[in-house]
Order: sequence, then C-alpha cells, then structure tokens
Amino acid sequence: MRIEEATILPNSVWKHRSVLDLDDFTREEVELVFHTADAMGEVLGREIKKVPTLRGKTVATLFYEASTRTRVSFELAAKSLGADISNIAAATSSVTKGETLIDTARTLQSLGIDLIIMRHSQSGAPYLVQDNVEIRLINAGDGWHAHPTQALLDLYTVMKHKGTVNGLKIAIIGDILHSRVARSDILGLSLMGASVFLCGPATMIPLTWRHSEPSAGGQNAARFRTVQRVEEALDQADVIMLLRQQMERQQAGLLPSIREYIHLYQLTLERLCLARPDAMVMHPGPVNEGVEIASNLSHCASSVIEEQVSNGVAIRMALLYLLLAGGKKD
Amino acid sequence: MPEKVILTSDDMARALVRLAHEIVEHNRGHKDLVFVGLLTRGAPLAHRLAKTLAIHGAADIPVGTLDISLYRDDVSTASLQHQVRRTEIPVSVNEKNIVLVDDVLYTGRSIRAAMDAVIDLGRPRSIQLAVLVDRGHRELPIRADYVGKNVPTALTEEVIVRLMETDGKDEVVIVGKED
Amino acid sequence: MVDNFDYIVLKGGRLFDPSQNLDRIGDIVLGQGKILWWGERGAIPRDITEKAPKVQIIDVTGLTLTPGFIDLHCHLREPGFEEKETIASGSRAAARGGFTTICCMPNTNPPLDSAAAVEYVYRRAAEATLIRVLPIGCITRGRKGEQLAEMAELYEAGVVGYSDDGNPVMNSSLMLHALEYSTSFGLPVVDHCEDLSLSAGGAMNEGAVANMLGLKGIPQAAEEVIVARDIVLARSVKARLHLAHVSTAGSLEIIKRARESGANITCEVTPHHLCLTEETVKGYNANAKVNPPLRTSEDVRALSEGLNAGIIDAIATDHAPHTLEDKLCEFDSAASGISGLETAFACLLSLSKGLSFQTIISALTSRPAEILRPRNGKSPLSARIPPHLGTLRIGAPADVIALDTEKSWKVDPAEFLSKGRNTPLAGMTLKGKVVATFAGGKIAYMDTGEKSKTK
Repeated sequence: MRIEEATILPNSVWKHRSVLDLDDFTREEVELVFHTADAMGEVLGREIKKVPTLRGKTVATLFYEASTRTRVSFELAAKSLGADISNIAAATSSVTKGETLIDTARTLQSLGIDLIIMRHSQSGAPYLVQDNVEIRLINAGDGWHAHPTQALLDLYTVMKHKGTVNGLKIAIIGDILHSRVARSDILGLSLMGASVFLCGPATMIPLTWRHSEPSAGGQNAARFRTVQRVEEALDQADVIMLLRQQMERQQAGLLPSIREYIHLYQLTLERLCLARPDAMVMHPGPVNEGVEIASNLSHCASSVIEEQVSNGVAIRMALLYLLLAGGKKD
Repeated sequence: MPEKVILTSDDMARALVRLAHEIVEHNRGHKDLVFVGLLTRGAPLAHRLAKTLAIHGAADIPVGTLDISLYRDDVSTASLQHQVRRTEIPVSVNEKNIVLVDDVLYTGRSIRAAMDAVIDLGRPRSIQLAVLVDRGHRELPIRADYVGKNVPTALTEEVIVRLMETDGKDEVVIVGKED
Repeated sequence: MVDNFDYIVLKGGRLFDPSQNLDRIGDIVLGQGKILWWGERGAIPRDITEKAPKVQIIDVTGLTLTPGFIDLHCHLREPGFEEKETIASGSRAAARGGFTTICCMPNTNPPLDSAAAVEYVYRRAAEATLIRVLPIGCITRGRKGEQLAEMAELYEAGVVGYSDDGNPVMNSSLMLHALEYSTSFGLPVVDHCEDLSLSAGGAMNEGAVANMLGLKGIPQAAEEVIVARDIVLARSVKARLHLAHVSTAGSLEIIKRARESGANITCEVTPHHLCLTEETVKGYNANAKVNPPLRTSEDVRALSEGLNAGIIDAIATDHAPHTLEDKLCEFDSAASGISGLETAFACLLSLSKGLSFQTIISALTSRPAEILRPRNGKSPLSARIPPHLGTLRIGAPADVIALDTEKSWKVDPAEFLSKGRNTPLAGMTLKGKVVATFAGGKIAYMDTGEKSKTK
C-alpha cells in the first residue's frame, strides 16, 4: 500500500491572511481547502464533534445584515474547533449609536479577537476594514460583490459528487446582477475549469455580461456564456445552480411579476429532464419554494441543497483552521 | 550530511515480528486489540503488525489511522502548517485495548496529542504505545510499552525512518543536523 | 508670507497668453491692480515704474507666465459646511492651484437663493482679500426643484449664473420655465445633468469595473438624457445653457450636433474626467468616488478630442472638499467629490492625453473668461467683474501666475491648503507646479519650497 507523505505546507501554497474573495486563489489553494474540509468532515461525523485545535482563539461574527444560517454555520465551525465565538448583531450594538465600521473592528481587535467573520450589505465593506485595521477577516458576504465561503462549499459539493469540476457544464439561473453568490461561484468555477452558462431576466444580468463577453476580473478572469433561454442553459447540464429571487426586485421595476419569472425560469420537472440524468440541483438558500424551483422538487433525489449546508460547516472549519492554526503569531 | 544506518531492512523486519508477539503476549491474546497508526509512518507500521499477527493466526485485528494535526500543542507557533488528513478508525474505541503505533518516540508530544484524540472518540479500556525507535529526550512523562530499538541520540541529530510504503525502501538512519 | 509692494516686475519669463496668441520671453509689470506693460526683456519703459513707491523685481527665468486661471465651478461649502471648507481656505487652495477667479456653487446651507446669502459670500471673499470669488445662484428655491428661485434678486446681488448643482431640475416643465425666465437676465443656467431615476443608488460608472466590484452603476444614459432634454428646452426658448462637468462621449455627441446647428450652448469638463477612468475606483477607493463618476478610456479620449476641437469650452475643477470621515467609510455611503483646485494644472499637464499646452491654458483662462463676460455692460455683475479677465492684455486686471512646467512633485494631501484632502491623486508624482499667483497685483500664493502642513 502506498501512503502519501504528510505535506508540510510551505508558505507558498497558502498565502492568505484573510479570505475576502476568490480573486487571487490558486487551484492548489482551493484543493487544499477541500482536503482540509475532508478531515473536518470526519470530525463532524463523530459523536463528540469537537477537537481542541483552536482552543484559546476567539473569533467574532460581525453581521450588519441579518442571517441565521450563515452565522450559525460559522458558529458551529468555530466551536467544533474549540474556538470561542462572540456574535455581534449590528442592530443591537453600539453601531446604531453611530460607531463606524472601522471603529467597531478596532474595538474588537483591542478586545483580543483573532478573526472577524463579517457580513455587510455594502460591497467593499470588508476591504475598508482590511485597509485600516490589522485583523484577520473572513468575508461572509458583502453587498453584491462576493461570498467566498459559499462558493467554496458549492465547489466542494460538486467535487464530492462528480470527482472533479473540470469540464463540467454548470448552469447558473436567476438574478445574477444582485448576487454575490453568483459572482463568487463564477470565479471559482472558472478557476477549476468548469464551463459556466448564465441565464436570467435581461434586467438582472450585468450589462457587461449580457452579450456573453468575458469580463475584466482578477487573475481568475471569469469564463462563461450568457444564454437567453433557460432551456439552453439546462441542456445536458451537470450542475444546476439556482439563485434566490428577492421579492423586492419586482417593486423596483426589474420584473413585471413573479409569475412571469416562474414562467420563464423556474426549474420544473420537465426542465430538469433537459439536464443530464445525474445532474445536481443546488441553491444557496433560503429557497423560495414555488418560485426558483417547483414546490415538489427541492427535496427530489437530484437536490443536494441539504448537503450544501453540512458541507458549509466543514468548509468553514477548514478556513478557520488554515487562517488561525499554524503560522507564526503576528 | 553523512547518514549512519542504525537499522537495516532485516533488522526492522525482525523488530516488528518481535513487537507483534510482545503485544499479544502482554495482552494475553488479541481479543479487543486495535492498532492505531499515527500518520504518516505509524500507519504502515500498524498495518504490518496486524499482518504479521494474521500470519500467525490472529486474523482481523482492526487497524486505524490517526491524524494528530488537530490536537497538536504547537498549533499557534509552528512556523509551517501541516495538511490535515482524515482520521479513520473502523471500529468503536470503547472498551478496546488501543495500541498506538508510531515510527519514532522523541519528546512525547505527538503521543500526548494522539491520546487526546483517541479519548475524544470514546472510552478505551487501555491505551498502549508501540514504537520502532525510541530516541530519548522526553519532554512529557510518556513511555513506550513496546520498543523496536532504543537509540540514544544527541539533540543535534535527527532519526529518519524510511519505509517501503512511503519512501521505497526500509531503513532507519541517523543524521547529524546542521545547526 | 504675503508682502505687498505696489509694483511688481516679473523678469525673463515665458509670456504665454492664448487670448493674444502671445508666446515669448519677456518682462511684465503689474501695478495698481492692473497689467501695466509687457514686452521685450529688459526693455521696460522708465515712465512705467518711476511713479511707483516700491518696486519688487522677481526673476522668473525658466518659468511660464499665464493669465490667472478661472474656475467656473467649485464648492466652497460656506455657509453651512465649514468643516469641509470655508471661503477663506478655499481661496487659499485656489491661489495655490493658480486660480485667481473662482465661481462657487450654491449648494451651501442656507443655499444661495437669496440676496443675503449671495452678499454673505461676497463679503467673506472680501475679508479673505485673496482672489476673486463669484457666487452662482440657485435655479430653484432651496435647490428643492419645486419652485423657481428669485432670479431677479439674485441677478441684482451679482451672481454669475444659476445652478442647482449637486442636483438637476428633474421636472421638465419647471426647467423649461427656469430657462425661459433666465433669458431676462442674460446669465447662463448651469446645468448638472443627471436623471435621478436612472442614477438612483449608483456609486460609480456602470460597466465592467462596477460589475467586478459588485457596485450599482450609474449608466451613461443618466447624464445623456438630461443633456439632450435641456438642450432641446434651452433652444426652444433661446436661453443660455452651460452644461457642467460633461463626462461621456455620448453627451459630447449631442452637444456637438447642437452647436453645429447654432445653439447657444457652452460646456465644461473637469481635470479628473480628462485624466482618470473608472479603473481608479478598483479596491473601493472612495477618493475616486465622484459625481458624475469617472468613466471609461473611450470617454476620456472623446472628451479630450472635444476640448481640442472647441466643442468643450472650458475646464472647471468641480472642487468638492470633504472631511476624512465623509470618505473613510463604506463605498456606497461615502460622499462624492474630489478636492481638485491644487492639483488641476499638474494633473492636466501630466496625465491628460492629446491636449496641447495651448489648449489647457486657454481652457483655463480665455475661454472661461468669455463665458463669464457680462453680456450687458450695465448689469450688476459687470460691477463685480472687471473687463478683460483671463488675458495678459495691457490694462487687464493683474491676475498672473508663474508656472514651472518641468517641476516634478509628489501629491501629498497633508500639504493641501484646502481642508479637503480627498483626492485619488494622493501619492502620485506629477509634473507642473504653480510657483506664484498674483491676484490684483498682490501675491496671493508663493511656493517657498518649504513643506507646509496645514491642519
């Protein structure tokens, strides 16, 4: 039998002090996250889902946008690694008294917090913190811009089912313009070699992507195509990623009605059959039953939506480990 | 740096056979025995011990592998990070006699971490330790129950174990480390 | 350090004045607030200086002398926002940037929609005794876009034009009435062209960079539809329309066609729209957040060509100072604006493409002067503005600046005389420095070479 040498990672593989986006991730780094998540998955499978790795470390969640599932996912991840975690909901904290984002981050840093997990409704907010405060960050979603941990867990879920992401046809359907999940997924999927097809209402595809030209990006310039009809996106797709439709968009005049969205883009059984028989159906959640996906389908055999949630904890544990364990204290 | 071979392939084979028999003798048989090899090189050694005993009639001793990365006590200060791998133990550890298997026993910290890991998985009846080489210089009160060879070393020296499964050959060498 | 001699002789400089096609080495004499003489080196007639009580002779060999710059569009924030800028600090900043005449926008608090407010600005400018400050009055009361401001009162108080800048007048009917009503006074309506329903929520130019950053974009159409609308409205009532801070190639196209058919339209462009693109915003640089936003390189190219071709009349800074807190926050929440008076010249000289020195200088001197020139010799404004601005003609006001076109310097906002330190040029090394500014024959600014760190 042959066993692989335990890889001691030279610093050249994992270069991140914070994870704000996937712009500068290499394939090796993404694979490292996956391998680490594998090990974390084993811990989560035990009766006592706890290891002492990050004992003595304190992380804080700083959520300016309400979110139960992502916050709890990070909380479980931190606790499984033995870290202490403090949750700060912006609405109840001194933020409402006018304390700025930078001040809040500085306060947390002086309180000895090792890492902040931040979600904010404005794109760019975590970069503002990173530019002004010496503290490690994980971006749990900023405005429309990025949601790197979601993209990593999505990629991981695909990887676990298909063995690879390279060469797969992925359809991303819905409100791409306003979706940080879509942006990060597109970057991550392109990096790992997938062929991405975007489809959604014209008012919800970014102007520069509507005619399927690749956009300017970081080192991982996105490679994808935009198609008009959902049937074309779904044809022989290996993976279907559905984006959440926010009801407010109709008010803003972007859609005539939800009914029309359903008519044109909802994943129905009939449409699902256009994809490959072993296609995976994914959704970042929470799912609007009867809108993005027909009511009976979200729990069908092809749906991996629940796996995404459990993979999310393992991926977040992996990131916390890679950011906080090892490395000289700085 | 010049290497000095302290165990040849034959030496190792003989030591492992002896260890296997000592373990069975001490445990009065092989019932409830589980070998748990510490990744990386403890794992193939654990498999070899189980196979040796299988040849001698004690078939099917379970073998697991253990990654201690998540239990290390130098997690914050190690300047290099270790890639974490899965711990896989095919049976419950409750009420079992766990024999940890590692290639070199040195400061004892890895073993301390391994014990914590095993105890997190359940309540074993006993935890024992088998090592191929004991090079001394303990920093914790840990001792091996079964030792292939005692090799006194200086702190400036390094003991390198090479195995067919991981390195393509079997040998144990001592190397003087450059300061 | 402002010493005031009665007469100043500037010797041996390159005299450069587009209004007279002047480009030669020579001497120039300033006295009694006017340009008394210019000509060949060493050839100053004795009778010019013999009556002078004191004469200061300054050797300006190697420097270029031009008329003082005229800024048609800046924000001085006083009254109401003195933490961002005051008329005094803004005047000092303007002088450092080579500007001897500046026109300030009425988005103050209270806004400049009454004679009292306009007189307040004139008074404060006089107290600063530095450069010429000319207020622009509001189009609508309170800049609310609901009712016309009292344009006659503002005219009599001496405004140079009317603007709701910061905002457009969204209601087309009201804008039409404003343009109609303004024709009685012969002053231009200065238009901030932005359709608020199209730009709503936007933080930067709509395009590839906005998409990459996940920021809502302001489409080019938001400017172009109002440019088109207001040109149509202005022509229908034969009003004078001046379009502020033009930023897109599309707007330029529309303006070009209107001017070709004889419409009375003038327009201005900012230094940053001639030199920077949306790429500057990358990294969520709030100092690059400005309205209208920085656009694409195609727009920059079109605007430069438009300036060269005379379709764009003037360069105006749209100097918009903000406090540190206004900019040190999330990009969407950050205030829009660039503090540009002190970097305008160097930015244009170093970063623009395809603009000749002649074009730059005339766009900052003779061409804005032409826009400001009172069309009615008896207007209250003509009592405030001397004739012959933006020129080195003999008899013109002694508004002269000395430029070192070769000097490289690093933009350090801590050295700014403006209270606003918000510039995307921070840290850049640019070429071209204003060495001295003379306003009305007095030294308004002199670069001593010492680094001053003003609070």
